[in-house]
Amino acid sequence: MTSFDRRSILKGGAALGLASAAGLDGFARAWAQENQWKPEAGASLKLLRWKRFIPSEDEAFMRLVDAFTKATGVPVSVTSESFDDIQPKASVAANTGQGPDMVWGLYSFPALFPSKCLEVGDVADYLGKKYGGWVPAAEAYGKVKGKWIAIPMAFNGGYINYRISSVKKAGFDKVPEDLDGFLELCRAMKKNNTPCGFALGHATGDGNSWAHWALWAHDAYLVDANEKIVINSPETAKALEYVKNLYQTFIPGTVSWNDSSNNKAFLSGDLHLTNNGISIYATAKTERKDIAEDMDHAVYPVGKSGKPTEFQLAFPILAYTYTKAPNACKAFMAFALEAQNYNAWLEASQGYLCHPLNAYANNPIWTADPKNKVFREASTRTLAAGGLAPVSEKVAAVLADFVVIDMFAAYCTGRDDAKGAIRTAERQAQRIFRSS
Amino acid sequence: MADIALDRPAAASREGASAWSRLRTSRGWLGLWFMAPAALILLLFLAFPLVKGIWLSFTDTRIGRGGAFVGLENYEWLWDDSVFWLSVFNTLLYTAIASVAKFGIGLYLALLLNKRLPFKALIRSIVLIPFVVPTVLSALAFWWIFDSQFSIISWSLRHLGLLDHNIDFLGDPTWARTCVIFANIWRGVPFIAITLLAGLQTVSPSLYEAATIDGATPWQNFRHITFPLLTPIIAVVMTFSVLFTFTDFQLIWAMTRGGPVNATHLMATLSYQRGILSGSLGEGAAIATAMVPFLMLAIMISWFGLQNRKWQSG
Repeated sequence: MTSFDRRSILKGGAALGLASAAGLDGFARAWAQENQWKPEAGASLKLLRWKRFIPSEDEAFMRLVDAFTKATGVPVSVTSESFDDIQPKASVAANTGQGPDMVWGLYSFPALFPSKCLEVGDVADYLGKKYGGWVPAAEAYGKVKGKWIAIPMAFNGGYINYRISSVKKAGFDKVPEDLDGFLELCRAMKKNNTPCGFALGHATGDGNSWAHWALWAHDAYLVDANEKIVINSPETAKALEYVKNLYQTFIPGTVSWNDSSNNKAFLSGDLHLTNNGISIYATAKTERKDIAEDMDHAVYPVGKSGKPTEFQLAFPILAYTYTKAPNACKAFMAFALEAQNYNAWLEASQGYLCHPLNAYANNPIWTADPKNKVFREASTRTLAAGGLAPVSEKVAAVLADFVVIDMFAAYCTGRDDAKGAIRTAERQAQRIFRSS
Repeated sequence: MADIALDRPAAASREGASAWSRLRTSRGWLGLWFMAPAALILLLFLAFPLVKGIWLSFTDTRIGRGGAFVGLENYEWLWDDSVFWLSVFNTLLYTAIASVAKFGIGLYLALLLNKRLPFKALIRSIVLIPFVVPTVLSALAFWWIFDSQFSIISWSLRHLGLLDHNIDFLGDPTWARTCVIFANIWRGVPFIAITLLAGLQTVSPSLYEAATIDGATPWQNFRHITFPLLTPIIAVVMTFSVLFTFTDFQLIWAMTRGGPVNATHLMATLSYQRGILSGSLGEGAAIATAMVPFLMLAIMISWFGLQNRKWQSG
């Protein structure tokens, strides 16, 4: 019988890491020989990315960066910022023409300044052909007016995180997949003092994603496919009623929540159902094993249309037109999404990242743990940021201005009646879309 | 000496020298040259950003692309924007309450610290701590203190049996406004206290001695000696305090991001949200420009109301 102690496991892990790093380096060298985007002489790259939530994802990403540098001779300096700070920094860089060569950020941020983004259609075509094509949402995020201005590196699936015992105690075997059943579950959980909660504050990721799901699930949209404002509708009124009913089952304080609040509340044991990426589960596996064992994930309920209307977080990467090394930027983007890199990175992200290219649906991470399974669907179940409308700077502004979250929050807290809340959202939409 | 040195070439110019040599030796021209660096700095770093900001507010500039002149369009949209007016109300409320409270507490602390106290230097240093701590750090500390689930205040009150639920500090509009105002007061008091203390120390003790001999009470001492002599400093301190409070950003952004439901959005935070996060530089600039009249009014009140006294002009 083989016995393992901490030291031998550490040694084994280090050896495995070295072996995989060595393998990666070998692949990277071969890839660099055939790479069609030859980096400019003396090129170096600065990359700004969102701050990690899963340490192993960050480590895998840095291994990939290191392999790229060794193979191409292009040093890449990586800095990271929190979700909320990425977009302002990217915007300032676009406006001033100074700053990082590439930014890996959130949602539709490249659409805020499409003319400042390096066109990357050749990279998108290369990857799409090689890896089974892009999922529709990836194409929606990467393209503005038919041009690829960013490469959607990944999605982050945000799904229902719940405590198994609390759902069972409420009389349900699983999280219902219809709106009425879901509301019933939340009510029953509230009665049992095992409440649920979704962010109604200015939470860029969690707040925007569940608020848009709730709106779209009722067939209500802010704007239609032609950017005509259609928020003032009976469907929106129904969505408001539904969310208000849901809000009454929430743990107190959700109106002030940011993106990290539900993670903390869930891991403390106060919160029993919320929407989040896999990061709660990943943290629980190391810090709260009791919670990790007693939690699982479920898809968002499907609304009246019978189709998923989820809104998942997209992570597109862009290069600026001002970069002195456009080829190096393109080479990096293509390199990162090659199977030898991407599969290992996806695995290291423990399900936090979901693929934008169809070929990666078979990555072992999705079957390694049954609790990861729903996250595989994130990129195919999601609508893009505009719902029906194409991704644009205006759609990005709607998210940045929290128009939909504020509409729900105003009604749920009683600050506005339904008409007032809708009217305010409509007015904000008119302001944002006025030059359409 | 300087006059003598300058007079000599001037005398030469009278003897029919060229315009250049007359200019070269002109004292007025020389003064202009001495002022030029300062004027350049003011123009470059103060006037230019202000004028540029005002110009942007009349355009539809977005981040990453230049805009066209749209006249008052941005202001017209703001005029009918309930979120903007809510931010104006919030800013005025925040500034008024926080400034008055900071002044009251700051003056009280300054008077206290001006007395003979043991460990005076140590106490004065401690008073300065809130001002020394970076704003974002203190804002994050307050964010934890007022957290809806993990607030130490709620926890303590619950464990003392005084409450059976957490207080929703940052989720309830009234509570949220109270919390951010409290944090601003906590942070701003040291600046006022220490500056007023410096002013108090310039008041001659002989005035108090004379008044005491004449039978003045402590209140009369304060009312007729301390306060009038402190007025010029108060004018300066309150002007700065009102300006800093009116334009506050960091505390709000770190604690509430303008929530709940925009109940703590100030004009500065809304300007940032619209201008930088949403990318509508023109609109953000319009909100920032809309702050200028309020700031001018505050400065006028401080300077003409508090400083321009008869006793001061002799």
